[in-house]
Amino acid sequence: MNTSRHILTLLRKDLLLELRQQYTFYGVLLYVASSIFVLYLALQQPESEVWNGLFWIIQLFICVNAVAKSFLQETKGRMLYFYAIAGAQHFIIAKLLYNTFIMLLMSLISLALFHILLGNPLVNFWQFTGIVCIGSISLSLVFTMLAAIAAKAQQQASLMAIMGFPIIIPQLLLLMRISKAGMGEAFQAGALSDMLWLLCGLDALVMIMAIILFPFLWKD
Amino acid sequence: MKISWWKILCVILVLYTLIGGLLFDVPHKKILNESIRNIYFHVPMWFGMMVLFSISVVYSIKYLRNPSLLYDIQASAYARTGIVFGILGLITGALWANYTWGKAWSNDIKQLGAAMALLVYAAYFVLRNSMIDIDKRARVGAVYNIFAFAMLFPALWIVPRLVESLHPGGAGNPGADPRDMDARMRFIFWLGAVPGFILLGIWISTIIVRFRKIEDKNLLHA
Repeated sequence: MNTSRHILTLLRKDLLLELRQQYTFYGVLLYVASSIFVLYLALQQPESEVWNGLFWIIQLFICVNAVAKSFLQETKGRMLYFYAIAGAQHFIIAKLLYNTFIMLLMSLISLALFHILLGNPLVNFWQFTGIVCIGSISLSLVFTMLAAIAAKAQQQASLMAIMGFPIIIPQLLLLMRISKAGMGEAFQAGALSDMLWLLCGLDALVMIMAIILFPFLWKD
Repeated sequence: MKISWWKILCVILVLYTLIGGLLFDVPHKKILNESIRNIYFHVPMWFGMMVLFSISVVYSIKYLRNPSLLYDIQASAYARTGIVFGILGLITGALWANYTWGKAWSNDIKQLGAAMALLVYAAYFVLRNSMIDIDKRARVGAVYNIFAFAMLFPALWIVPRLVESLHPGGAGNPGADPRDMDARMRFIFWLGAVPGFILLGIWISTIIVRFRKIEDKNLLHA
């Protein structure tokens, strides 16, 4: 009871800050729009393979940018304040939820932009949308944890990319593979659900690891 | 001079693998032919890498439970040797693939997995070097090590089972298969090569640890 209230308060704080400053949201939105626009200028209407690959790479970059901000914006003094009033676990859970929310929003916006600018190779639009949601949750969870690690070191943004890209490859490979289902590729019976379960399992693993490991990062 | 039994065992096993692996008779398979001997050197590198990375993670966990600089030195030393084993595994694999699969790199899922593991641990060292404060470096490094290990290893074990691979076990595969090994090969492989190279990796790591202990003498006994 108490736990969920703490988490909700922290989450509300992040959302309120976002609504008042509107810095991350519009910043990342502009990033999404301009990168997809550049892709459109370069490729116009690519084939479905290329479309799929580009889509997930763009998600990756959006994620690095959107998630990095959430830890970068916390100054040292503010972190100390949170340390005094909230538990480490509450803090990281609130961050995980907040980043997942932002990333879901950004992914859906970028899906719409891809759809408008780069053409529509999707056979099964709603299935693909579902996969995008699952994928953006996976990406945001992993990168939240990495942002927490990178926040402790200097040169955060570049370090996050260095640490994150090799770790995210398995999930990204799985996502690119699964999302071909949305492009009309037939899978062996059970193969698709196996891969989906694997992704969900990895998500659960990331959350557990974040909850266990974050307290060690937290105290300085 | 202090002599440990396992170091003697390591020397005997590696020597046995070298001599037995290069001289003893092997089954003559199509495509593979004499290159099947590479199984004694290529596959143990992966066993060695996994064992060394696992030991490294154990020390990282120990560090978080009880922050002592010695654990951090051990974790980084085992990770370092693990990377060397991984690189050797990639090179021996690429040489082998060049003659059996036709080209050194064919984007096989296991090749990708190996490259991923190396990148992850390279990032571990970049992360460590980005911090000057020793305690902070040890703590953040340990957290990343555990997190990366937990993310990487399920992927290395599970993902190759979901997609097609040129490696043994896949369908329509001209490469080596564990079933291609006869009894004598299996004997050399499981009793000589695998434990021998794992022990060698551990030995190298302990030497790095001892070296670092001398280097950081002032910090350890402060």
